[in-house]
Amino acid sequence: MSTTLEASRGRGQQPPTPPPPPPPSPPPSGALRRSADGARRAPLLPALVFTIIVTQVPFVVTLIVSFMNWNAYYPNERGFAGLGNYASVLTDVNMRHAILTTVILTVVVVLVSLLLGMAIALLLDRKFRGRGVVRTMMITPFLIVPVAAALLWKHALFNPEYGLLNGTLTAIWHLFGSNSPPQPDWITTAPLASVEIALIWQWTPFMMLILLAGLQSRPLDVIEAAHIDGASTWQVFRYMTFPHLRRYLELGGLLGSIYIVQNFDAVFTITSGGLGTANLPYVIYQTFYQAHDYGRASAAGVVVVIGTIAIATLALRTVSTLFQEENAR
Amino acid sequence: MSSVTDVAPVPATRTPEGEPREPRKPRAGALLGLVAWLIGFLFVVPVLWMVLTSLHSEQDAATNPPSLGAPLTLDGYREFFGVGTGANPWPALLNSLTASVVSTVLVLVLAIPAAYALSIKPVRKWTDVMFFFLSTRMLPIVAGLLPIYLFAQWSGLLDNIWLLIVLYTSMNLPIAVWMMRSFLAEVPVEILEAASMDGAGLLRTLRQVVAPIVLPGIAATSLICFIFSWNELLLARTLTGTVAETAPVYLTGFVTSQGLFLAQVCAAAFVVSLPVLIAGFAAQDKLVQGLSLGAVK
Repeated sequence: MSTTLEASRGRGQQPPTPPPPPPPSPPPSGALRRSADGARRAPLLPALVFTIIVTQVPFVVTLIVSFMNWNAYYPNERGFAGLGNYASVLTDVNMRHAILTTVILTVVVVLVSLLLGMAIALLLDRKFRGRGVVRTMMITPFLIVPVAAALLWKHALFNPEYGLLNGTLTAIWHLFGSNSPPQPDWITTAPLASVEIALIWQWTPFMMLILLAGLQSRPLDVIEAAHIDGASTWQVFRYMTFPHLRRYLELGGLLGSIYIVQNFDAVFTITSGGLGTANLPYVIYQTFYQAHDYGRASAAGVVVVIGTIAIATLALRTVSTLFQEENAR
Repeated sequence: MSSVTDVAPVPATRTPEGEPREPRKPRAGALLGLVAWLIGFLFVVPVLWMVLTSLHSEQDAATNPPSLGAPLTLDGYREFFGVGTGANPWPALLNSLTASVVSTVLVLVLAIPAAYALSIKPVRKWTDVMFFFLSTRMLPIVAGLLPIYLFAQWSGLLDNIWLLIVLYTSMNLPIAVWMMRSFLAEVPVEILEAASMDGAGLLRTLRQVVAPIVLPGIAATSLICFIFSWNELLLARTLTGTVAETAPVYLTGFVTSQGLFLAQVCAAAFVVSLPVLIAGFAAQDKLVQGLSLGAVK
């Protein structure tokens, strides 16, 4: 993909012609294939067995515990609870609030970073001086350790007394001769928005990278032909670029959702789950790590899994479509 | 692999058959370039601010408006590494290094044979296997946390770095399998077969045919697995204590304010992020492939 891309992009310079790729070999016939199956499977087994044991077994245990009364503080009351934990998860005010917070946090962060990421990807898809530098600058937020990024926003940017945001406001107001600049206490006034801003800052580069890869895999000759035929930039975007980008938008949105539904670092660091920002991962962590209510924590965990399965199914379908396209090339 | 950086340097003059839309409106193009620079700058400002603040004294770091031109000092770093504070981040940094490097090696040991069985000599229904791996990466870790914790408590593995190593291996294995498969799929199978028929030794085939294609892939995969392991907080926070705590867990010690400590926080955040920044820039061209779990090249 990349060779054709660069060849079509670097028009004017003569790219070195790569040797034509060999045609894919036909799969061996059935009988031969079956006899070799055992040997073929052997290298796969360690990874498969390892993954099943480490990732699947814990989920099964979580499912079982979610139907149990189990609080480490009351070891004698352990027993079968039926749907009791689910009932308390879905009726408890804190838990319901956490579910709502998780949904809002995920939707806002994913949508805003997708939109920003798309705008920036479109800008970076054009040729201009220093494009590589700007791309590198854009990636940097994603390469800060999440806890470090959250600390940076909490202490160095949002801090009402000496954070960069209020410091900049002071500087701007001073510039205009005013000594009473607004100095909002960002995290207290808008706790969830503060967490969202820090996350959007980190996730926009992710979306930008995926969408830029999508933009660069467009068939450029067709787009040029459309331009020559008199299509406007808007028409090309609306009827050619956007439909092509759609699957990449879906992929970015779905993968982003999967990661942000699970977010723990930013909530834990910026607000410590206070001020109404506790999302499900944080509440689950608290329920089992501090309150030691294993049954309820498990039921909440299962709720997260059910929510994620819906997103993951869609994500897997999108990956599958892209995957088949890549393989067909 | 394609990336914008590969395409630079930008030719100053366009050939007549170059993209027809841009030469018509050079001013709009320059303006959009400027906008891109501005946005890129806005996104990198917090990081630059972090680095600058880490090099200021605590008094200069906590001024309003900010003192951009204050004298530079390494005091923040000295405090972070324990001069005058008695703190010692080295065990945490070493734990992170151990967990990330060892789990990455284990991931490669498991993923490369698996990727081989999914590309060069594929098993039947290999796509199903691929999607099984991928689906395990999509399930939230928090939902498996309690059984893992109970198991660790029961087996005495709480606060043991090996527990994290095993968990990070399983966390990164799907990504590595997907990435390595896409690299191995580029190895021309005919050449492998022809080489074995001609009696070329396995080693020679590996060295001359497979290695040039696969080694860059292994490097990129390792860097991305390293980043994910190094960043991880939830498992480390829950399953480690004073002995096996990792760098992100150490950083959580800075969550509550402790008087004038902004320079120290910024130094800490920068030191802990530095390995990820280095690995990320080194893997820049392959980053998107790893992050999209191999779906986008």
